[in-house]
Amino acid sequence: MDGVSIPLDHVLLLASLLFICGLLGLMMRRNVIFILISLEVMLNSSAVAFVAAGARWGQADGQIIFMLILAVAAAEVAVGLGLVIQIQRRFKSLDMDDADRLRG
Amino acid sequence: MLELILFYMAATIALVSTILALTRVNAAHALIYLILSLLAVAVIFYLIGAPFAAMLEVVIYAGAIMVLFVFVIMMLNLGEKGDRREKKLLNPQVWITPVIFAVLLLVELVLVLSQSAPAATQGLISSKQVGIALYGPYVLAVEIASMLLMAGLVGAYHLGRRYIEEGGDS
Repeated sequence: MDGVSIPLDHVLLLASLLFICGLLGLMMRRNVIFILISLEVMLNSSAVAFVAAGARWGQADGQIIFMLILAVAAAEVAVGLGLVIQIQRRFKSLDMDDADRLRG
Repeated sequence: MLELILFYMAATIALVSTILALTRVNAAHALIYLILSLLAVAVIFYLIGAPFAAMLEVVIYAGAIMVLFVFVIMMLNLGEKGDRREKKLLNPQVWITPVIFAVLLLVELVLVLSQSAPAATQGLISSKQVGIALYGPYVLAVEIASMLLMAGLVGAYHLGRRYIEEGGDS
């Protein structure tokens, strides 16, 4: 990757901007579904950084880490959405602040 | 030069649609924008020379994981409220922005594919290289990922089990 091709800095800048968006969304939204969406955005932005760095040095490692991130995201979404259904059943709302007590 | 312009376009679409996704009130609208953002990231992956990652991004992220979200949102909003939302979804001002962005991404993809030489020939990492590395030095990571997915499967089943046994929403 040289000269005309895409500079790594700009891809990393995009990744960090996406991560900031996800983090702000995670902190500001109180709906459980939006919290999960923000987590997805953050995972995806880190995947962008990995793939860009892997492509910059012509190594396949970045894409392998991307696949591991995909596996993590899939497992997280499966468990997270199961929790969403439980929260909806138990509290009749999707507001995170209703579920602020840990009970055994 | 062309690929730089296409990269900045795709990056803008990704950022704008992510911000729009996280500021929607309706979860279904947010999902449309999120899928758009993932497609834009897939175009970026293709442009920086990672076609296999781009394919996985579309098939698994924008396809499989987002379908899980859609299923859960469908399970949660039932009844008349859901019907009214469904009617609102047919309103053009809801879907016109995502459609414009998606058409832009499609135009970009066609432009890249119609070039005689692939955009990023020097830095291209083929799926063969990825596969060799994945089942060579990274084979332990594959095993760990499989265990993680198994744990996710069991966890999701355990959390959803009572819901299934009691026959849906009470």
